[in-house]
Amino acid sequence: MNKLSIPVRKFDAVIVGAGGSGLRAAIQLSEGGLKTAVLSKVFPTRSHTVAAQGGVSASLGNSEEDHWHWHMYDTVKGSDWLGDQDAIEYMCRKAPEVVVELEHFGMPFDRTDEGKIYQRPFGGHMSNFGEKPVRRACAAADRTGHAMLHALYQRNVRANTQFFVEWMALDLIRDDSGQVLGVIALEMETGEVVAFHSKATVFATGGAGRIFYSSTNAFINTGDGLGMAARAGLPLEDMEFWQFHPTGVAGAGVLITEGVRGEGGILRNSTNERFMERYAPNAKDLASRDVVSRAMVTEINEGRGCGPNKDFVLLDITHLDPATIMKRLPGIREISIQFAGIDPIKAPIPVVPTCHYQMGGVPTNYKGQVVNEDGSPVPGFYAAGEVACASVHGANRLGTNSLLDLLVFGKSSGDSVIEDLRSGNIGLKDLPANFAERTLARLDRLNTQTGGANVNETRLELQRTMQKHCGVFRFKDMLAEGVARIVDIEKAVARTEIKDKSQVWNTARVEALELDNLIEVAKATMVSANARKESRGAHVRDDAPDTPANPNGRDDINWHKHTLWYREGSRLSYKPVIMKPLTVDTIALKTRSY
Amino acid sequence: MEDREKLNRLRWRCTRRAMLEMDLLLGEFLERVYPSLTPVQAEAFVDLADMEDLELWPLVNGARASSDPVQAEVLALLRNVRVK
Repeated sequence: MNKLSIPVRKFDAVIVGAGGSGLRAAIQLSEGGLKTAVLSKVFPTRSHTVAAQGGVSASLGNSEEDHWHWHMYDTVKGSDWLGDQDAIEYMCRKAPEVVVELEHFGMPFDRTDEGKIYQRPFGGHMSNFGEKPVRRACAAADRTGHAMLHALYQRNVRANTQFFVEWMALDLIRDDSGQVLGVIALEMETGEVVAFHSKATVFATGGAGRIFYSSTNAFINTGDGLGMAARAGLPLEDMEFWQFHPTGVAGAGVLITEGVRGEGGILRNSTNERFMERYAPNAKDLASRDVVSRAMVTEINEGRGCGPNKDFVLLDITHLDPATIMKRLPGIREISIQFAGIDPIKAPIPVVPTCHYQMGGVPTNYKGQVVNEDGSPVPGFYAAGEVACASVHGANRLGTNSLLDLLVFGKSSGDSVIEDLRSGNIGLKDLPANFAERTLARLDRLNTQTGGANVNETRLELQRTMQKHCGVFRFKDMLAEGVARIVDIEKAVARTEIKDKSQVWNTARVEALELDNLIEVAKATMVSANARKESRGAHVRDDAPDTPANPNGRDDINWHKHTLWYREGSRLSYKPVIMKPLTVDTIALKTRSY
Repeated sequence: MEDREKLNRLRWRCTRRAMLEMDLLLGEFLERVYPSLTPVQAEAFVDLADMEDLELWPLVNGARASSDPVQAEVLALLRNVRVK
């Protein structure tokens, strides 16, 4: 292949990722008359949005009185005041509109007897600024994400969006002025590398939950958008904040619902002790997620973990009547048999705290424009969904706000593209002469590497290091050591070797390229977490404990700010949290307690 | 398409799915069971792998039964897979 002349395809807009946010942005662009391409590693309805079951929140007030301002309050509080209040106001105000639009796209929401969208209660959803629970979550049974993807996909088919399925985007194209001019992508079926030259590029690539050894995320979530942005010189924001679930099956990551403990499940350590009695004498095994997760990690760290490596605890339901298990928890029994090799009627299930959701990402504003450190937009570049950090989730995400984020910022990013084109802020500029050079060098290195590192082993090492050194509960010395270890792993990633050098359907190559993205996210996470010396939201350190001066270990004087990590030199910078909403008063800092 | 290419494409479709559960199960099945399937069973597996996760999952976990005998055979094998 002539290195200077890879094929170029021109579009008005290119969207990378075909989950909820990518499909929502694509509707806006295609229906706006733009020639729009959507690139996806998989067929759109196989995106990880499918796994979102809980619902999407909107203050429709269909079941009882509700208000977007109360939703905003819950979101700010959930974020532990790290969320930007302009973006949070925007999202909560827009929620009813985007949910009703989705209904018009054909989304089969559950309904009330009067035919309105049915709303159910959800953790953290309150009325009147935290007073009492409110029914705000809209759902389509337990298939909300799946139904949403189908509705959005059908609408895109109608709008003639052009899909490029089983393509992997490799790198952003940026010129010297910093403007984004599209992406370089690899077609898996042919091995061909093609430039998608566009006026606007929207990242909707999802999260990077696969950086952790124990993760509920599907294998597809390798942080491709984050890796591409970091390599293009853009910062990643608040990457130390990851939401964990206390009970994933050890080794597999598959989620065991809280309902198991609700039915009487007990957590035990290697001495068979019901250890939650020491950490939460009243609530015991039903304490909140973060309390349970921290207790589990403490047990493991203090040598009371189970198994040959003492690296998990046990969730025991053997004392329950088998008939109860068969009746109330049949799905969980099936999961335990298939993914832990254990029938929970006979033996306890090995579990560990498991990574679930990424709060940080590529910095954007509430319009879905990617922004520089000073808040100015990066011309031609937009992002929405889990890859983006608007920031609405701050230090911890409120349940059902992930699907809302997809809809609101997918739409706003599409609207911003149209507006920026109309106002002449962006347009089709010539590609720089050397635009593909670094990508082709990366591919060439991979093709010619000898005596290098094995991709699977290196990825596993990365995941184990993140889990051990930067998991749900963090320790000063472990973090510092983790930074050094991740630097070593980066060296191995830089010399991965694949045996298969073929062009057509070379999945080994694709997996090596995914690892190039995972390592950027892992570095950003470890370095950002090591530097943030407080506890806030999902980032909890044992050297930043709960004290009267710093309740929950939160240190607003020194750490009420967003982290920005730059790939070059693994440099950190910080920017203020936007505390001024668009129209209402600031929701002032206070202690987060439920 | 060569056999290697077909197998790699199938591997991608088995291990880049919407749900982690299905990545794990189909990936494991492909490595351990798929090579010993009869051609007819292999074809049925490819069809199953083409299904969406929320259609396939109830068939795998026994919540729904398949009316196709070959498909039912493959599902029984799939259901016996243990991911360690």
